Amino acid sequence: MLGSPLNNTRGARVKTRNHMRLLFDSRSENESFARVAVSAFMSQLSPTIEEMSDVKTAVSEAVTNAIVHGYRDTFGEVEIESSLTHDGYVVIEVSDAGCGIEDIERAMTPFFTSQPDMERAGMGFAVMKTFMDDLRVESRLGEGTRVTMRKLISNAAGKQ
Amino acid sequence: MLKHARQGNTVTVKLDGELDQNSAARVRRELDDLISDARIKHLVLDMQDLTFMDSSGIGVVIGRYRALATRGGGVAVRGESSHVRRIMKLSGLYSILEEAR
Ligand SMILES: Nc1ncnc2c1ncn2[C@@H]1O[C@H](COP(=O)(O)OP(=O)(O)OP(=O)(O)O)[C@@H](O)[C@H]1O
Ligand SMILES: [Mg+2]
Repeated sequence: MLGSPLNNTRGARVKTRNHMRLLFDSRSENESFARVAVSAFMSQLSPTIEEMSDVKTAVSEAVTNAIVHGYRDTFGEVEIESSLTHDGYVVIEVSDAGCGIEDIERAMTPFFTSQPDMERAGMGFAVMKTFMDDLRVESRLGEGTRVTMRKLISNAAGKQ
Repeated sequence: MLKHARQGNTVTVKLDGELDQNSAARVRRELDDLISDARIKHLVLDMQDLTFMDSSGIGVVIGRYRALATRGGGVAVRGESSHVRRIMKLSGLYSILEEAR
């Protein structure tokens, strides 16, 4: 995967109130597993139903991308690392060691898809961006992609 | 098999469970089967029992719309949750959807 994963969060581990890491095969059967796992983990922050479904959808988009684009013609592992911060954020990183993205800006443009023949809408990144507060994409051709997303959970905000 | 009903040139299909990349292939196949009769022009997707959908579902809806639009028809949705509505709005789907009857 991209360098050592999570340089940023790892250094900040002491500042987080909880943290988890998941590694699973790039099979689409694991999409619902990933959604359920992340939502069970973040339930400690008492999110609203809407916040929960926003995060589930964003996770689904990132994991699906890792499987169908990152490992397009191959097979590998997808990693999810998540932290809950003291100031009420859920931080989620989804990484793959797949083909990487040549032009990140173009990839993030709504309606852009490299697989129009597969009936893709090109909306995955737009959904992640809309449903989360922050979205960052790092990628290197031939090495992989890491998507980092953050969302403030209203009930947890400000609670220590 | 998805629950469905045909009335004239319209097929209404009840989607249930989760529509993601994992289920999209099966749903796509079943929907294409249900609209394979060239006399069918309209597809109504009842989303009342759909508990989750992501952009893979958008692709499924757009694909069926394209097929039916060439017959002078289209796709309508009804019963969608506010969560599904937000995703469909974001992708501009409502501008191509027909009014559900
Ligand atoms: N993990 C990844 N590895 C390699 N390429 C990626 C990855 N994630 C996204 N991409 C590229 O970015 C493009 C846009 O992704 P996005 O999720 O927005 O749309 P999509 O996956 O093509 O369609 P949709 O998500 O609507 O089904 C993809 O078509 C693909 O080319
Ligand atoms: Mg996508």
